[in-house]
Amino acid sequence: MAHQVITANRLVDGDVVYLSANNEWSEWIDEAVVAQSDDDTAALMTVAEQAIEDLKIVGPYEFDVECSGKEIKPISMREIIRAAGPSIRRDLGKQATKG
Amino acid sequence: MYAYDSFDQKLVDERVEQYRDQVARRLSGELTEEQFRPLRLMNGLYLQLHAYMLRVSIPYGTLSSTQMRKLAHIAKVYDKGYGHFTTRQNIQYNWPKLEETPDLLAELAEVEMHAIQTSGNSFRNTTSDQYAGAAADELDDPRIYCEIIRQWSTLHPEFSFLPRKFKIAVTASETDRAAIKVHDIGIQMVRDDDGTMGFHIMVGGGLGRSPFIGRTIRNFVDEKHLLSYLEAILRVYNQLGRRDNIYKARIKILVHERGIEEFTRLVEEEWAQIKNSALDLPPEEVARIRAHFAPPPYETLATVSSALEAKRFEDKGFAAWVRTNVKPHKQPGYAIADISLKPIGKPPGDATDDQMDLVADLADQYSFGEIRVTHEQNLALVDVKQDDLYVLWEALKDAELATPNLGLISDIIACPGLDYCNLANARSIPISEQISKRFEDLDKQHNIGDLKIKISGCINACGHHHVGHIGILGVDRKGEEYYQITLGGSADENASVGKIVGPSFSYDEVVNAVDTLVATYLELRDGENEPFLAAYRRLGETPFKEALYGTN
Amino acid sequence: MALIKNGQSADNVWRTLADKESVPSDGPVIISLKRWTEEKPWLKGRNAPLGIFLQADQPPAIIEDDLDRFEIVALEFPTFRDGRAYSYARLLRERFGYKGEIRAVGDVLRDQLSFMQRCGIDSFEVADDAPIDQWVKAIDEISVVYQPATDARQTALEKRRSA
Repeated sequence: MAHQVITANRLVDGDVVYLSANNEWSEWIDEAVVAQSDDDTAALMTVAEQAIEDLKIVGPYEFDVECSGKEIKPISMREIIRAAGPSIRRDLGKQATKG
Repeated sequence: MYAYDSFDQKLVDERVEQYRDQVARRLSGELTEEQFRPLRLMNGLYLQLHAYMLRVSIPYGTLSSTQMRKLAHIAKVYDKGYGHFTTRQNIQYNWPKLEETPDLLAELAEVEMHAIQTSGNSFRNTTSDQYAGAAADELDDPRIYCEIIRQWSTLHPEFSFLPRKFKIAVTASETDRAAIKVHDIGIQMVRDDDGTMGFHIMVGGGLGRSPFIGRTIRNFVDEKHLLSYLEAILRVYNQLGRRDNIYKARIKILVHERGIEEFTRLVEEEWAQIKNSALDLPPEEVARIRAHFAPPPYETLATVSSALEAKRFEDKGFAAWVRTNVKPHKQPGYAIADISLKPIGKPPGDATDDQMDLVADLADQYSFGEIRVTHEQNLALVDVKQDDLYVLWEALKDAELATPNLGLISDIIACPGLDYCNLANARSIPISEQISKRFEDLDKQHNIGDLKIKISGCINACGHHHVGHIGILGVDRKGEEYYQITLGGSADENASVGKIVGPSFSYDEVVNAVDTLVATYLELRDGENEPFLAAYRRLGETPFKEALYGTN
Repeated sequence: MALIKNGQSADNVWRTLADKESVPSDGPVIISLKRWTEEKPWLKGRNAPLGIFLQADQPPAIIEDDLDRFEIVALEFPTFRDGRAYSYARLLRERFGYKGEIRAVGDVLRDQLSFMQRCGIDSFEVADDAPIDQWVKAIDEISVVYQPATDARQTALEKRRSA
């Protein structure tokens, strides 16, 4: 199966976040924990369910990525846009603040 | 325009406090997301691709300069410096923070604005003709009745959990500038044979997954009975509309499945029971609201301004703008000025906070402090002295608000699409940008003439693609962005649903496809004066199909 | 389930019977429309309080002629999204003149109580852990109403006239 990453929106401000190390939620997809099996994904989704209870995030789900070196890249256009920001406003969203 | 009295104000103030409490209960965990979601939707707050999205109501597309300044302030302080005007005359903010939305709504309430029922399965914004009050061809100002309907439909206890959303539009001219034929209820003010004013009511229009043109349910309802008639329609819909399938839950499906005769019979049967009751419109309340829409203190001016004529002659840029963006006004010496939010190569319908502030100032200086939002995602100042048009244009030009393209091919309607929206299959804004760039040349645009392109990123059709002369619908083909083209749609009084022309085009192909369609039209049209839609209706789809796909 | 009635927590005296349970000869019971239709003759003779439960797809017109038999009509809200019973409540009160108790049962949420009450519903079956006093407060959170409904609340229009 493809590698997967868990994403959600942060409850208080709606920002797109990715489940990362130490059950933290990072704004940057490159910091996401990558699931390499169905069991991995299930375990990560359990962490996500707890994060809902803990009022950190809403609407978590998994999606497919490909990894090359330190980079984690979404496969679908939707998740590419979601990780970067609106394609027609490169001055907005994560793509603008990323170094 | 309408100004709140103490009761209107109290309602929005109480609503803000109710919402503030709901957000607090969400953030404390007392409400789960499942419980909170319908509550936030009833205040227009969505969760979208990048962030929350707030849709603020602009009743029948009318704003005061004070309100526009507040919208600018909200964009600046609570968002990322811009807003998007929608196909229902509302404004959307793409980046509000949930925890700040109660304060945001409180600020809106200060200027008599809100986000009540801009989402959810109840009544949405009642929309209207953007030129209401100024158009020479109107019988009356339809906004009077929009305001009456707005109040009746706000927090209606019986109709807050309809099978699906409900959209009403009202006009008062033969020319339909509000797409009433593709609304759940479309209302046109008319006169009967005695000259009495009343309403022609249509039901069951709509776009989305299954587009329908509205059907007449009653040719004439008099003023007194407007609300009781609407209530009868809603009571039938609330009880009989489908609740098993969200794609079949709009009233258009009910009207289609029962047939207009049977549906009419059910409504008339209910109406017979409830007319001549507490819902009858009292003349003094109509008069009270009408007074808010009294014409502004127009000066007595010559019919045509010689200053205007001189400037048109002198300044080609200004002349081009007048040609497309200025419309005749019922009052001699005045004009309607369209403000294009379709700069070439930029997202359609967006305005920055600075642009909003400027438009507010210009409204104060040149148009009695009032601004209109059109369902084609532009703005308008509708009471401008012809003498003032040149200075207005200069000010707009500096702020990129004077693109001379109203009604031309680059005046495109596009939904936010996959760049912003959770529901989308494909991006619509970059397609719009590329098309407008391809046809940037103004002479070319005028040669092409009236051509309405409408782009939706998904089947929900928020970009109104079904009623575009050329409609473009984003679809998902094996995870990639593809676009289906429809031809021959129209949203005006001769409304029609566009027909799919053939297999979809990729992201890289679709703009060329549009180019091919335009070239075909130019080649085959019956002279310069036959616009695209007329040519299509005359020629049929075959030549366009052949041009796109070749003959088989 | 807890019950809100007359602005406070109330005891539920009614027992809602499943169709397979036999109807006791006395005691207040709520039965289904199906049961009423099938067992009407003997139920008419039963000398004890009777109520009827209408599902969301069972409009009250079906029992219009029998309404005087029922001290209570329970209207179902199978999910909070299903708003048919708001119309049913209004029809019961305004069309058929029903004077008995109308109770909302099912997925009844705090933010709907005000709407339900305006439509003529006078009792609400709610989750056991619902904080009753807060729920009751919610009914009055919005004091201004624009449109006439079943309740006697003065609309903004009426207030304008008397101002």
